[in-house]
Amino acid sequence: MDLNYSEEELAFRDEVREFLASELPSSLAEKVKTGKRLVKEDMESWHAIMNKRGWLAESWPVEYGGTGWNAVQQQIFDDESCAAGAPRTVPFGLKMLAPVLMKYGSEEQKRTYLPRILDGSDWWCQGYSEPGAGSDLASLKTNAVRDGDHYVVNGQKTWTTLGQYANMIFCLVRTSNEGKRQEGISFLLIDMKTPGITVRPIVLLEGSREVNEVFFDDVRVPVGNLVGEENKGWTYAKYLLTHERTNIANVGANKVSLAHLKYIAENQKVRGRPLIEDPIFAARLAQIEIDLDAMATTNLRLLSSPDSVANAGPMSSMLKIKGTEIRQALNDLTRRALGPYAMPFVSEALETGYNEEPIGPDYAAPVSQEYFNNRKITIYGGSNEIQRSIITKMMMGL
Amino acid sequence: MDFNHTEDRIMLKDMVARFIADNYGLEERNKVAASAEGFSRDVWGQFAELGLIGALFSEEDGGFGGAGFDIAILFEELGRGLVVEPFVASGILGGTMLSLLGNDSQKALIADIIAGTHTVALAHGEPTSHYDLSHVETSAVPDGEGWIVNGSKAVVLNGDSADSLIVTVRVSGNTWDEDGLSAFLLPATTEGLEIRGYPTIDGLHACEVSLNNVRLGAETLLGDSGKAYPAIEMATARANVALSSEAIGLMEVCRDMTIEYLQTRKQFGVAIGKFQALQHRMATVLTEIEQARSSVINAAGRLDLDRVEREKAVSSAKVLAGRIGRLVAEEAIQMHGGIAMTWEYGLAHFAKRLVMIDHQFGDVDYHTARYVSLSRQAA
Repeated sequence: MDLNYSEEELAFRDEVREFLASELPSSLAEKVKTGKRLVKEDMESWHAIMNKRGWLAESWPVEYGGTGWNAVQQQIFDDESCAAGAPRTVPFGLKMLAPVLMKYGSEEQKRTYLPRILDGSDWWCQGYSEPGAGSDLASLKTNAVRDGDHYVVNGQKTWTTLGQYANMIFCLVRTSNEGKRQEGISFLLIDMKTPGITVRPIVLLEGSREVNEVFFDDVRVPVGNLVGEENKGWTYAKYLLTHERTNIANVGANKVSLAHLKYIAENQKVRGRPLIEDPIFAARLAQIEIDLDAMATTNLRLLSSPDSVANAGPMSSMLKIKGTEIRQALNDLTRRALGPYAMPFVSEALETGYNEEPIGPDYAAPVSQEYFNNRKITIYGGSNEIQRSIITKMMMGL
Repeated sequence: MDFNHTEDRIMLKDMVARFIADNYGLEERNKVAASAEGFSRDVWGQFAELGLIGALFSEEDGGFGGAGFDIAILFEELGRGLVVEPFVASGILGGTMLSLLGNDSQKALIADIIAGTHTVALAHGEPTSHYDLSHVETSAVPDGEGWIVNGSKAVVLNGDSADSLIVTVRVSGNTWDEDGLSAFLLPATTEGLEIRGYPTIDGLHACEVSLNNVRLGAETLLGDSGKAYPAIEMATARANVALSSEAIGLMEVCRDMTIEYLQTRKQFGVAIGKFQALQHRMATVLTEIEQARSSVINAAGRLDLDRVEREKAVSSAKVLAGRIGRLVAEEAIQMHGGIAMTWEYGLAHFAKRLVMIDHQFGDVDYHTARYVSLSRQAA
């Protein structure tokens, strides 16, 4: 047991710091740190910078153009990137589809799509959830019927994050109604420009437009776009959901969120003294910090354990639960730290180039909308209740 | 970074586990716990022969361990076995005080502690000190070359059976000052010591100590007069790593018993583990135990860092051991139902110890406040 970074790990951290210092545009870092809304160009520019350095695909094997980093290296990179204000890379192609293609895709699919994920030619979005298939994903109804060399797809997907920017979507579709529901699902890659696809934005509770509904009306998809075998898509879907574990606890982002909360609590005043000195507030803050410090170790411990692959299910579920609960606790306490100034909401203040005087402290504008927006994190990616069911199912055989 | 234990520590862990499996059944444990001293001198001697007491001391002190991870790995297994022998009192608290403050002749006692032939208890807490480490009212006034000591010490772990006591006293300053504390090493038979021993609800033994005009010679002073606080803090830190680790072992026993019960107990025609209400509670228990384990690793690994980092990590571990220990104990009892309420079923003995760990050397609230104050010192 050794909690200290090795010489090599320290050298790696320095290398990451140098990269971020020289390549992360300060304007972009400023936007991230002040909670401004990122636009498509922001995400694309960071994607390109990371790709140029060869660090975009941190969890991919080297043979596909990944970094081959181990768990500790990935965590160092995550910590440093978050601390520097780097945006998160868009995960749908890089972290969700790519592992599925590597394991189950045809040689041609790998050759075609993996490089296009790296160079940014394709922006993928995820077609899993449907209006009637949320936590019960296997009840999905969007169907694909074989017609010669094509599947004809009809139905509707929802909660499609950043679908408005995407040119490609990976979809779970029903190809059979025989037998168990899970055994009639296939995994299809669909070009968003295909006739018959309509994307409609969903406005979220705090006014943001990050998710969409996607409608399919006789959409013709070449059979070559089927991943793996027909009716085996559920296996691939589950693999996708448990594979990307490295960042599921969001340790780096949680640390930044904690540091920001402390900064706010030092600047907010109660009876002339900093809020952080208020004993009740300080105790709440300490308990979150203690939990986060333990989770950082839980994260590394579980990810670097030799049997981590076998335990992927319950482990990633535990990390998802803990990571999201801590984040929501941070968002909640940050909102409360602002007092009445949690209320003013000038949506334009979150856009780049807004030059009006802030209402209240300059850090107040994004806080409440982030709190409300992050109610999603215990719902998406398998709600935390679904995660709890997975944990008991896998650890208790029930 | 490396999250694997060394070969030596894994061997130690396996050895303790085997000894407990072969010799330390719950029925036997409860019988020993109910005996006059609250533990078995015979078993204590066997633990000593296995080198388990020595694992808590550095090579310099005649042991072969003493690091945070030695404490952690040993106490986790002691927790699984619900061991009542005085590892914390004599091995950690007494041993650390002697190691940090003793002169050569006083330190000679460490060999006897390691051999299991002599036990020491630390009489520090007082009836009104709650968990505050600097709160000492017991007074020592100079008397020729020595001192005369008066005062009371509260809930002294294994003090009723100890061969020697280490008593902390105030020689200067006010009740809550860190400066002005001295420690004395004295035989339990010293005149003027009144010891009232009793069992605790979790199967241990402790005592109340009254010191009535106790005359102590100059040779009984441990370390420099008035400068004992840092050693008291360090001994307590090591005890808290031990207790937090013990809590992990206890949590795992509660967890395993509950999982088995959920799988086998049938109601409404199915195993009760089929009910989502129970599954989700169990999932929370499983997840939180991993958090507690991580905080113990952090504390054990940071025991050699500078004071503020060390104490923050120790308080973190104790906060989570307290919060999660209570969660695991209460949930295990609730999910079992009535059977867990019985003496015979066994779970209750682990649950009781788990909850009482929060009452030793600072509870969740105390260590949360302490963490806040340490954070401020660091800023």
